[in-house]
Amino acid sequence: MKKSVILGAITVAGLAAGAATAGTVDDVKARGKLNCGVTTGVPGFAAPDANGNWAGFDVAVCRAVAAAVLGDGTAVEFIPTTGKTRFTALASGEIDLLARNTTWTFSRDVDLKFDFVGVNYYDGQGFMVPVELGVSSAKELDGATVCIQTGTTTELNLADFFRANNISYEPVPIETNAEAQQQYLAGACDVYTTDASALAATRATFEAPDAHMVLPEIISKEPLGPLVRHGDNEWGDIARWTLNALITAEELGVTSANIGEMANGTNNPEINRLLGTEGNLGEMLGLDADWAKRAIMVEGNYGEIFEKNIGLSTPIGIARGLNAQWTDGGLIYSPPFR
Amino acid sequence: MTTLTDPPRESFRLSMLIYDTRYRSLTIQVVALIGFMALAAWLVSNTANNLADLGKEPSFAFLNEPASYDINQRLIEYTSRDSHWRAAGVGLLNTLLVAVLGCITATILGVVIGVLRLSNNWLVAKIMTVYVEMFRNVPVLLWIVFTMAILIETLPAPRAFRGDNPEASMLLGDSVAVTNRGVYIPEILFSRSLGNVDFFGFFNVSLDLIAIGAVLIAGILISKLITRRANVIQAATGDRPVTWYKRLGVICIPTLLVLWILGYHLGYPELKGFNFSGGTHLRNSLIALWLALSVYTAAFIAEIVRAGIMSVSKGQSEAASALGLSSRRTMNLVILPQALRVIIPPMISNYLNLTKNSSLAIAVGYMDITGTLGGITMNQTGRELESILLLMLIYLTISLSISAVMNWYNNSVKLVER
Repeated sequence: MKKSVILGAITVAGLAAGAATAGTVDDVKARGKLNCGVTTGVPGFAAPDANGNWAGFDVAVCRAVAAAVLGDGTAVEFIPTTGKTRFTALASGEIDLLARNTTWTFSRDVDLKFDFVGVNYYDGQGFMVPVELGVSSAKELDGATVCIQTGTTTELNLADFFRANNISYEPVPIETNAEAQQQYLAGACDVYTTDASALAATRATFEAPDAHMVLPEIISKEPLGPLVRHGDNEWGDIARWTLNALITAEELGVTSANIGEMANGTNNPEINRLLGTEGNLGEMLGLDADWAKRAIMVEGNYGEIFEKNIGLSTPIGIARGLNAQWTDGGLIYSPPFR
Repeated sequence: MTTLTDPPRESFRLSMLIYDTRYRSLTIQVVALIGFMALAAWLVSNTANNLADLGKEPSFAFLNEPASYDINQRLIEYTSRDSHWRAAGVGLLNTLLVAVLGCITATILGVVIGVLRLSNNWLVAKIMTVYVEMFRNVPVLLWIVFTMAILIETLPAPRAFRGDNPEASMLLGDSVAVTNRGVYIPEILFSRSLGNVDFFGFFNVSLDLIAIGAVLIAGILISKLITRRANVIQAATGDRPVTWYKRLGVICIPTLLVLWILGYHLGYPELKGFNFSGGTHLRNSLIALWLALSVYTAAFIAEIVRAGIMSVSKGQSEAASALGLSSRRTMNLVILPQALRVIIPPMISNYLNLTKNSSLAIAVGYMDITGTLGGITMNQTGRELESILLLMLIYLTISLSISAVMNWYNNSVKLVER
């Protein structure tokens, strides 16, 4: 009923609790499972399958971190959050890690006191319209009714885009992706706007995906990545380097298929350092030597995770594009393991 | 000789605070008060300390920043460049709008249903019973979402109105369009408008509206005078002059005259581009929220009205008819004044409930104060504590105002003891 009032109360209570606790990594180990915030359901990124097991691109990050810290990729409690509830959940300590296609912005990083640990998907805001509307550019949307998920950066980008182009629109604020789909499909709004990746994912679930198109304009930069609370640098380092380990593994050709073999030692010292047969990187993080190996073994390296959940072979069918390795002309780039 | 002896004077001892019944209750109250204050102080200081540790000192300065988001339903001018304050103001007005509309509709509906439930007609009485039980026993959130889903799924989209042979057409001589984005009705326009008057640079009020309102109120006051004069004549002569046409005249003729002077005409909605333009757009979200809150609260009001009427003993109406009062006058002069004493107090809490339930608006994307200040603003600025405190203060103020007005009304209708 008074959801936000309750949230506020939880925030206050949570802030009280959060400040009293020690390092997040100790809490996670003591609890025996990772509390990971995800979306309420975006196919390919985070959605429960028919058996109720969460799967997806963002979910894989949660599982990798759980495997690195706890040694078990299934030791994750997935907590669905909406655009509105996610930051409160993280700030209050209800979740340890938020992997919910969240855009890295200055104010979220600095003012809201979070630490983004990297970017796992370079995205931008797009528009989806029914083909029969006959629109070919977002600038033709003067007077259109636009469905938006409330409490996201897309809401602000949208206001800026229409203002900058001096065209009018009618915003219909919506709480979750599912409600937005319902309104969009019933024609209660002409356009649905959110991150282009989520549009592709949503479109893939439609009965007739070909009747809808994503307009060519991408009106914003949306670097999406996992984030943790500001101030707990040990925990931030673990999350950051787990993500980097997945990316580096792809770059170095370490896959879930050959990792067993490579873990016995290779001629490439960086692979050896990554997989813990050389050096003591794991110890520096406060974990054991096999941490990265376990993280990669859960769902494979970054490229495998991408292909399995949202790649061209899946119904969502997103090309690597900006999200290819830097060696292939993309932006995915990890600092070295040294 | 008599000796007066004073009763032995007891000096006050500390133990008397516990063992003497004269002081004990006071002691307990003081201790409880100290305990309560200590708890409150601990909660406040703990929150303040932890917020300071997080580097989030409470501050309301964020409300002056540009809000940067758009709001669809605006009763005052607003763009995304305006401050969060103004966005909160837009939300507040939306809350008040749906609360006022809801209270009016719920009262009308509730009174009708409450009276019909007492009907001698078995079928009517039973149907009303079903209505009451159905609506008050399902959570209002479900009614809101359900109403919205019906509006979205069953009504035609604006594009169904397009083409030479459209699937849907406008009603009432092409003046009203019912779509799944809301209802478009003709708007009232004035070709010789007096313009707006600016209130503290915060909002504009149309002078036309003020002029019409003033004429209407003057008309009603004159009509009251005519009634009073009729009463005097009736008391003196026993004949009551027929006054209804005079009263109707003094209210309607000046109003119509003012409308004509201002150049009153209607602006009709028409399909342009993606949507209808022109006319007044009653959005789906407003209709769903208004309708659901009204029918839900009406079920409670119906029960209150029924209880109020039944609390007046049958002897009263029998006595009234024995005096020769018509049934309408019996209701107006005998039953209702007594029933209102019972009806008003629980009615206050229903109005308060309706207003507070309007914060469920976000379920259908209606941008009320919870949606703007407690939703988007809170989320974009990350100022949870400040936003929620402000929000609670605003709801408290609204509720206390409603209570104050209704209590004043209650005092004016309550039984005067002689």
